[in-house]
Amino acid sequence: MNIHEYQAKELLRAYGAPVGEGRVITNPGEAAARAAELDAPLIVVKAQIHAGGRGKGRFKEPEAGEKGGVRLARSPEEAAEEARRMLGRTLVTHQTGPEGKVVNRVYLEAGADIARELYLAVLIDRKSGRISFVASTEGGMDIEEVAAKTPEKILTITVDPATGYMPFHGRRIAFALELEGAQVKQMVKLAGALYRLFVEKDAELVEINPLIVTPDGDLRCLDAKMGFDDNALFRHPDIAALRDETEEDPKEREAAEHDLNYIALDGNIGCMVNGAGLAMATMDIIKLYGGEPANFLDVGGGATREKVAAAFKIITSDPKVEGILVNIFGGIMRCDIIADGVVAAVREVGLEVPLVVRLEGTNVEKGKEILRESGLDVIPADDLDDAAQKIVAAVRERAAA
Amino acid sequence: MSILVDRNTRVICQGITGAQGTFHTEQAIAYGTQMVGGVTPGKGGSTHLGLPVFDTVAEAKAATEANATVIYVPPPFAADAILEAIDAEMPLIVTITEGIPVLDMMRVKRALEGSASRLIGPNCPGVMTPDECKIGIMPGNIFKRGSVGVVSRSGTLTYEAVKQTSDVGLGQSTAVGIGGDPIKGTEFIEVLDMFLDDPETEAIIMIGEIGGTAEEEAAEFLRAEAKKGRAKPVAGFIAGRTAPPGRRMGHAGAIVSGGKGDAESKIRAMQDAGIVMAESPARMGEAVLEAMGRKVPA
Repeated sequence: MNIHEYQAKELLRAYGAPVGEGRVITNPGEAAARAAELDAPLIVVKAQIHAGGRGKGRFKEPEAGEKGGVRLARSPEEAAEEARRMLGRTLVTHQTGPEGKVVNRVYLEAGADIARELYLAVLIDRKSGRISFVASTEGGMDIEEVAAKTPEKILTITVDPATGYMPFHGRRIAFALELEGAQVKQMVKLAGALYRLFVEKDAELVEINPLIVTPDGDLRCLDAKMGFDDNALFRHPDIAALRDETEEDPKEREAAEHDLNYIALDGNIGCMVNGAGLAMATMDIIKLYGGEPANFLDVGGGATREKVAAAFKIITSDPKVEGILVNIFGGIMRCDIIADGVVAAVREVGLEVPLVVRLEGTNVEKGKEILRESGLDVIPADDLDDAAQKIVAAVRERAAA
Repeated sequence: MSILVDRNTRVICQGITGAQGTFHTEQAIAYGTQMVGGVTPGKGGSTHLGLPVFDTVAEAKAATEANATVIYVPPPFAADAILEAIDAEMPLIVTITEGIPVLDMMRVKRALEGSASRLIGPNCPGVMTPDECKIGIMPGNIFKRGSVGVVSRSGTLTYEAVKQTSDVGLGQSTAVGIGGDPIKGTEFIEVLDMFLDDPETEAIIMIGEIGGTAEEEAAEFLRAEAKKGRAKPVAGFIAGRTAPPGRRMGHAGAIVSGGKGDAESKIRAMQDAGIVMAESPARMGEAVLEAMGRKVPA
């Protein structure tokens, strides 16, 4: 689960990390009052959406002005004005896709002058199975690009979980970033704070980019991005409360309520599959035969008739879907339950597109019989290849007709 | 021969009295697995499915001489259950549970270092040697004893590979689901190493997916071993060519992030190591035949 920058900065502040003073605005009416609370010569006005590239983004509406999602204001009045321009408008960045994201919150922060821009992140290193720090002197840039072009400018150190964070970790980072004097101590404290936050809140990413050195020589977190482990939210109600549902795809949200794993894609063939690996492989094989998957959907191991029906409804609610492929390899899952669920869902919501069903595994004959006797127009398939070819052909025929 | 489990494997189940534990223990017994007991804290002294139930893993191990445990404990308590099994020096720990917090697994991974235990999983379908021992949730009826070692990050794709290698007449020596989480007990390399050593395993199929770099490392391992003259025919498949970057595809570990873990680089690395890659998930059995230099049926 990702959170907004302003929420990440509140967490940083609570852990003692250096963050500028800021205010969040959700309603244009409060813009002036909040901006006035910030007694600063320079105020940064930042659109809060779950996507990067805000500064270089553009608003769809001309009323929002020519500038991007991060703007500088020289007075509280100007800051309030910029905030009002952004609120409720749609920001398009290289990460939002062409449809963009509606800005429901704007964050105002006291500006800072910048002497140096650095990069610091905490994440899980999969290879070592440990928490690692990633640091670079190339702050304010896309770190993936830095890693690709100048890998020698990136320092990665892993922390042994048996000892946890130690001051030497912070010193290694500080000296690698060419910090000096009091800045070294500041870094030891900051890295420790980030590590503590990461562990105590079950984060999966804490990224400070840029981490700046001010002309006075102090460190300050200028931008912050945080993600948390969904599997650990059960023990962090405070983090779970930071979820912004307006940032999520409504179909994905509904799927999550039914404990289904659904991801919307751009194609026209809806898929319902059991198991994440097989669900990805089913998307791949649709593409291999010239089709385009409309979604990833894993109904999981213990799907009930109701869950299958809910999955089917989510797929058919997507107007792009022109055909559906159900691919089930029953391990724990019984094919007759899948068949029952599909029949129930089709009876309820109707079926206006071709439906190919491939069943394999436990109770497969019973499942096939249920589909046959339902009288529904279901195209049966023998294996994965057969299923993919049949749905791609059926969608083509329908488009040609 | 086989790897990890055989007819002499004595298995206990942690979480035996729960719904999952009960169902899959029944299935394992029906398959002929030597289930020797179970653990549910607070229910020690009772019997369940005709098996003795113990309060702790240490007691269960001492009383039953079990050398393997399978864990069906819900995610919030699963790391504790694994750590208890490590503490009891259980040689093989198979964890089926999906959804364990990553930082819990980080601590488990650290505890495994220098321990007497090997962990398979979590978030995996288990380990199975056909006709001898079934630990986990794999459907027994699609297996056929034979010559192919199966190792996979995905449950249902394991079943596809098993069924297809059965259908082309090869069968399996052992199938190992290593699981879909980013931090897991056993990686590809360790299983491949065991398959290379196992005389019954004549060929290997390795099924990976997007996320991380374990497939690239495994390919490098196979290449290095082949240079030493230690090689077997290997086929492979990678799921997720069409997965959008930055999205987690069901499995906690299946995500292309930071420009790493995409399908194409894995496929290339595996091809470079001489692995025959199945382009379609429906042709994994044929890919194994091809790797073995046998005729692919028309």
